[in-house]
Amino acid sequence: MKRYILFICSLLFAGLAVAQETYPVNGSHDERPRLFALTNANIVVKAGNIIRNGTLLVDGQRIAALGKSQSVPKGYVTIDLQGKFIYPSFIDAFSEYGQPKESQGRQQGSGGRRTQLFESTKKGPYGWNEAIRPETTAKARFTVDQKQSEELKKIGFGAIQSIVRDGIARGSSVVATLAEARENEVIILPEAGAHYSFSKGSAQTSYPSSLMGTIALLRQTYYDSQWYATQQKEYNMSLEAFGKLQSLPQFFEVDDVLDIFRADQIAKEFGKSYIIKTGGDAYQRLADIKATNASLIVPLDFPKAYDVEDPADARNVTLAQLKHWEMAPANPAMLEKSGIRFAISPIGLDNLRDFWINLRLALDHGLSQEYALRALTEIPAEMLGLSDKLGTLEKGKRANFIIASDTLFKEGTVIYENWVQGKAFVVTRSNAKDITGEYAANIPGIGPARLFIDEGKGKLTAHLTTGGDTTETKVTATRTGDLLSFSFNPKGQQGSTRISGYIADDDPLTLKGEVVEPDGTSSSWMAAYTDSYTAKTSGSQRKKESVGKGEVIYPFVAYGDAALPRAETVLIKNATVWTNEGEGTLQHADVLLADGKIKAVGQNLSAAGAKVIDGTGKHVTPGIIDEHSHIAISRGVNEGSHSVTAEVRIGDVINSEDINIYRQLAGGVTTSHLLHGSANSIGGQSQLIKLRWGQNPEGLKFGGNDGFIKFALGENVKQSNWGITGTRFPQTRMGVEQVFYDAFTRAKEYKARVVADDPTLRRDLTLETLVEILDKKRFITCHSYVQSEINMLMHVGDSMGFKVNTFTHILEGYKVADEMAGRQIAGASFADWWAYKMEVQEAIPYNAYLMHKRNVLTAINSDDAEMARRLNQEAAKAVKYGGVSEEEALKMVTLNVAEILHIDDRVGSLAPGKDADVVIWSDKPLSIYAKAEKTFVDGVKYWDIDEDAAKQQAVKAEKGRLIRKSLQAKIKGSVTQRTVAQPNMEYHCDTIGEIGEFEEYMD
Amino acid sequence: MIAVLLANNSVFAQATIYPAKAQEKPVAITGATIHVGNGQVIEQGTLVFDQGKITYVGATATAPPNALIIDASGKHVYPGFIAPNTNLGLVEVESVRATIDYAEVGENNAHVRSLIAYNTDSKVINTLRSNGILLAQVTPQDGLVAGQSSVVQLDAWNWEDAAYEIDEGIHINWPTVRSTRFDGGASSSTDNQKEHVQAEITKLDDYLRQAKAYTELDGQGTSNARFEAFKPVFRDDRKVYVHADKATDMIAAISMLKRHGVHPVLVGGTEAHLVTELLVDNGVPVIIRQSHSLPYANDEDVYLPYKQAKLLTDAGVLVAYSIDGFWQQRNLPFMAGTAAAYGLDKEQALATITSNTAKILGIDDRTGTLEVGKDANIIVSKGDALDMLGNDVQRAFIQGRDINLDDLHKQLFERYEFKYGL
Repeated sequence: MKRYILFICSLLFAGLAVAQETYPVNGSHDERPRLFALTNANIVVKAGNIIRNGTLLVDGQRIAALGKSQSVPKGYVTIDLQGKFIYPSFIDAFSEYGQPKESQGRQQGSGGRRTQLFESTKKGPYGWNEAIRPETTAKARFTVDQKQSEELKKIGFGAIQSIVRDGIARGSSVVATLAEARENEVIILPEAGAHYSFSKGSAQTSYPSSLMGTIALLRQTYYDSQWYATQQKEYNMSLEAFGKLQSLPQFFEVDDVLDIFRADQIAKEFGKSYIIKTGGDAYQRLADIKATNASLIVPLDFPKAYDVEDPADARNVTLAQLKHWEMAPANPAMLEKSGIRFAISPIGLDNLRDFWINLRLALDHGLSQEYALRALTEIPAEMLGLSDKLGTLEKGKRANFIIASDTLFKEGTVIYENWVQGKAFVVTRSNAKDITGEYAANIPGIGPARLFIDEGKGKLTAHLTTGGDTTETKVTATRTGDLLSFSFNPKGQQGSTRISGYIADDDPLTLKGEVVEPDGTSSSWMAAYTDSYTAKTSGSQRKKESVGKGEVIYPFVAYGDAALPRAETVLIKNATVWTNEGEGTLQHADVLLADGKIKAVGQNLSAAGAKVIDGTGKHVTPGIIDEHSHIAISRGVNEGSHSVTAEVRIGDVINSEDINIYRQLAGGVTTSHLLHGSANSIGGQSQLIKLRWGQNPEGLKFGGNDGFIKFALGENVKQSNWGITGTRFPQTRMGVEQVFYDAFTRAKEYKARVVADDPTLRRDLTLETLVEILDKKRFITCHSYVQSEINMLMHVGDSMGFKVNTFTHILEGYKVADEMAGRQIAGASFADWWAYKMEVQEAIPYNAYLMHKRNVLTAINSDDAEMARRLNQEAAKAVKYGGVSEEEALKMVTLNVAEILHIDDRVGSLAPGKDADVVIWSDKPLSIYAKAEKTFVDGVKYWDIDEDAAKQQAVKAEKGRLIRKSLQAKIKGSVTQRTVAQPNMEYHCDTIGEIGEFEEYMD
Repeated sequence: MIAVLLANNSVFAQATIYPAKAQEKPVAITGATIHVGNGQVIEQGTLVFDQGKITYVGATATAPPNALIIDASGKHVYPGFIAPNTNLGLVEVESVRATIDYAEVGENNAHVRSLIAYNTDSKVINTLRSNGILLAQVTPQDGLVAGQSSVVQLDAWNWEDAAYEIDEGIHINWPTVRSTRFDGGASSSTDNQKEHVQAEITKLDDYLRQAKAYTELDGQGTSNARFEAFKPVFRDDRKVYVHADKATDMIAAISMLKRHGVHPVLVGGTEAHLVTELLVDNGVPVIIRQSHSLPYANDEDVYLPYKQAKLLTDAGVLVAYSIDGFWQQRNLPFMAGTAAAYGLDKEQALATITSNTAKILGIDDRTGTLEVGKDANIIVSKGDALDMLGNDVQRAFIQGRDINLDDLHKQLFERYEFKYGL
């Protein structure tokens, strides 16, 4: 019944009035005054400012005047809006409208095991990396797309920021209106904003292949841009453009909530202020986002309900997915309540028709109408620096406005027209005369009847009753302008009665016309208005969506907590206490934890107000520290595209939402050293974290510790098992040595220039990191297997002036133990892995024992999310294979690791003053029968085996509730999505790319 | 250095570890805690075996006069552990293709036999014996029908004398929908997969119908090696091991095989605890995946893999443990230990790597427990062999033979003890 008028007026109204001066005209010119007066309108100037019954004057593309008592000058075409509402048209601050399809939403090419490309394939004076394409200008590719623009105008938009959504640095965007005109006429701002993302898009260059590489590249590009401005050595179109873009508003597109913090880190480092286009999950970390002070662009692409009718499918869906499904519509409301500034964009919707459905959902969930309007008008205008032209209805601004039947966000309100640059686009035909009402009708064949017509909400419905009968006969009704047609099936007769009619008189309303009865006889009829009428709210009307009962949990996965646990004063009484200190293992001893620290260890301790835990029969140890872990890392553990990637940082990509944090707490782990993978000789900087389940990525960082970096040797760095013909140097162990020599030779030269304060020096984050190693400010942990290469690296270190701190999972450490001990190099080992590839053919489980015996500081590491939660048992293998004492073996996963990581002043033993990272075990800690019953980090109990049972029940109950809700959504007709099993992606050393083309035998 | 090598004679380590000679006289192990394998524990017990068979188990007997006495006071005696579903001896270096013999090309390889590819000289084997693994089910992988497994004993010159139960089972990898998280197009490809899976199942169904009909031909007409391989299945002389992990797959597999009169053994069984009723009703035992693994879903009990054996046992399902791979098998006892830590009775946990396994593999008439008449497959451990802290296998016997417990790792250890003067 909605009447969309096809906009075929291009010939009649060719172009807009002003901007096409330079174009020749075929035939006679047809310039018109284009003066319109919209009267009797409720003009919403902006949120919270409404002019009732006012007049708005349009002169060409602009608003000429507006006001309550604004008179209509001569020459204006008057349009009486009869109390309708005028709103500023919406602005989409993040759109791909007008850009070629092939450049839209490009996915990151895998950085995996294909032949590697080291430089840009783009011809011309561009930068080396194709993902850095600041020279891109959206304006040059922008074309008016009539179909798309109409779709957008129908939902209320009048202007968009058009973006080339490809690459890490994406160049400049263009702002255009959605007017039906040439590109030249609709572009308002040719270079509107500079755009960035964490996705390399269509770039062919192998680097970066991981999120951390992406971040490193962007960081380096900022420094390169600074250097470029001061040099005359080269012309680089990319860096030139990058510099010029800095004066524009800066936009950053991210995928998930943690990316917001990653973008913010870069912003802070370079003094930028990004407007961040988010993925719709910002509600999951509101306080942290508020603290960034960033403005957001928020999509409305809420997840569809999951199809969970089959329990087998239901098992595939995670609590996090279900919760997000329920809570995503509340995202805008929650952002508003938190005082986070944001714009709303339809980006990401499969179908623009869902825009209003989802916007109403957001309103149902508490988004205020006022903020919704601001988020669609004023705020995007401000973000684009276009407040003087768009966003509100004020004199001199572009005549971009919506005419609606009622207040815009009210249920049932209809958008009639969307004017862009002073030109009307008809969305829903508004009829000159509303014929809603009750009529006394005389219809041949059925006699006197009462006809009820409702034309509200742009939809015509009707029914009639005859005589005293109250039974309603449904009437099919349509209206085209002043013409009406009805049809109905009269009672007791076969066939339908057809009626055509017209509005014969406006006051009183009278309808007249012709009736054709089922038998074919035709005669005339009439109906006269007798009373007002409002259709009953029909059952099919949308019910306000019930707001979910879900709450945000930290992290946003199963076993997360609504409120973060806090440190308590805890007194563990009468336990066997493995101190790792001089006093050894104490029987019937107490441990007091307070203020996040170990306060005391000894007999008969007491503390007022302490929570007492009976430790009878229990064992207490320091928390386990994993020297080699790859948990809690987002989107790629290897930046394996180059042989030297010292610039990348695991610290940039901590994933606080990884369930493995919780699982490992359940195995007594409290600190994990998150390492870059082993795909290249000099990998990235590692990150030490504490398993503070629920904290954000920054909150997980250990804090105040020495930085480390991952090196690697052997089969992985020479790409032996990649199944490709490698082109990346090195492909042999001989080459590996030269990679190290070259890197450190360059680092020394770089350092010399730094020391000499060379003004032409380009800050190089790769070399800067290597200089940190030379300066003993950063320490090496090196993936290693066979003795030859281990020896080699020690020799390179000797001659280049650095020392390896740790050889990690060093399986042949036992062969070079004396050489290591002589240089005070530590060894971390797998307990018993071997046989999975050539370089582990002589890996033996006696390795840890032999290294330990030869005075190598020895640890047992995991490199595996599963094994990490049984590191106590892996340490027990050092007892089994060789006969290390249990106390010494325990140190291999606690104190020794702390020493290796230079954090033994903080953790690793139970000594007063150290961090309260403590585990209570059910049995001797190295026994297979030992269960971690409670795990404390900084005195906060993050794991409790008993509370876990309750948590499991809570997870089940919450999931059950959400699954029932999903089922109801499906029954109610919601579109659903399939569930897909989502096994957690566990990273190992050799996991290449973001999407893990991993091979099991390589570690 | 060369002198060292010659003196120690240990660089080609395996060459010096000889399979043991047949048992020559009775052996009595005395004073030990004997874990019979069937739940029974005998403190201060004596175990006597002769000519490869156990002749006495109990707390009272004195050793025969001519017997070799092994004083195992304070030690623990167990049936030799059995590693089911392993590619042991079919691969030496996982990353080197030339050493891999466990996956034949093609979809249906019912006729291929793992036994003849089993390499008794693999350096890995001895490292397993050192932790108490004395028998293994050498199993082919991949394809819809992977081929036939055999049970071998781990002290042999060649596969002929290694053979313990020849071609005892056919392995079917039940078709399944794999996760599509990493290939981008989630839903459509899941649907495609479901269709493909259904087609595979139909194919298998047809195939089994034909294989059964073929048995009635009684050797007349064209011979078909794959159908021949299924003949013993329909006589109940060859087991069918169906590898499946998801509940839906297990239901489909068991229901379909049942229609063909086949009562399979389930291997994998990640979600087996969800279908215990089905398993019990159909008498289907489960060889479950290693307990040392992560839960299959984020929301699951973090300890679920540790508890699964207990959940299945309590429901009345016969359970054995397996581990993926070959060198990893030396950790088999610790899988059982973990099950015990998370609720399973310790002797029941032991059964998951001894008597239950023997029952499932159909060799319980000869091994799996320390009972009179059974093969003398025995280990003597200094402590609790299910715990890393106690597992110290000091003596081991296979069919009464006193096997050499040296291995590559011990020899390399010794080599470096020599270097360091330890």
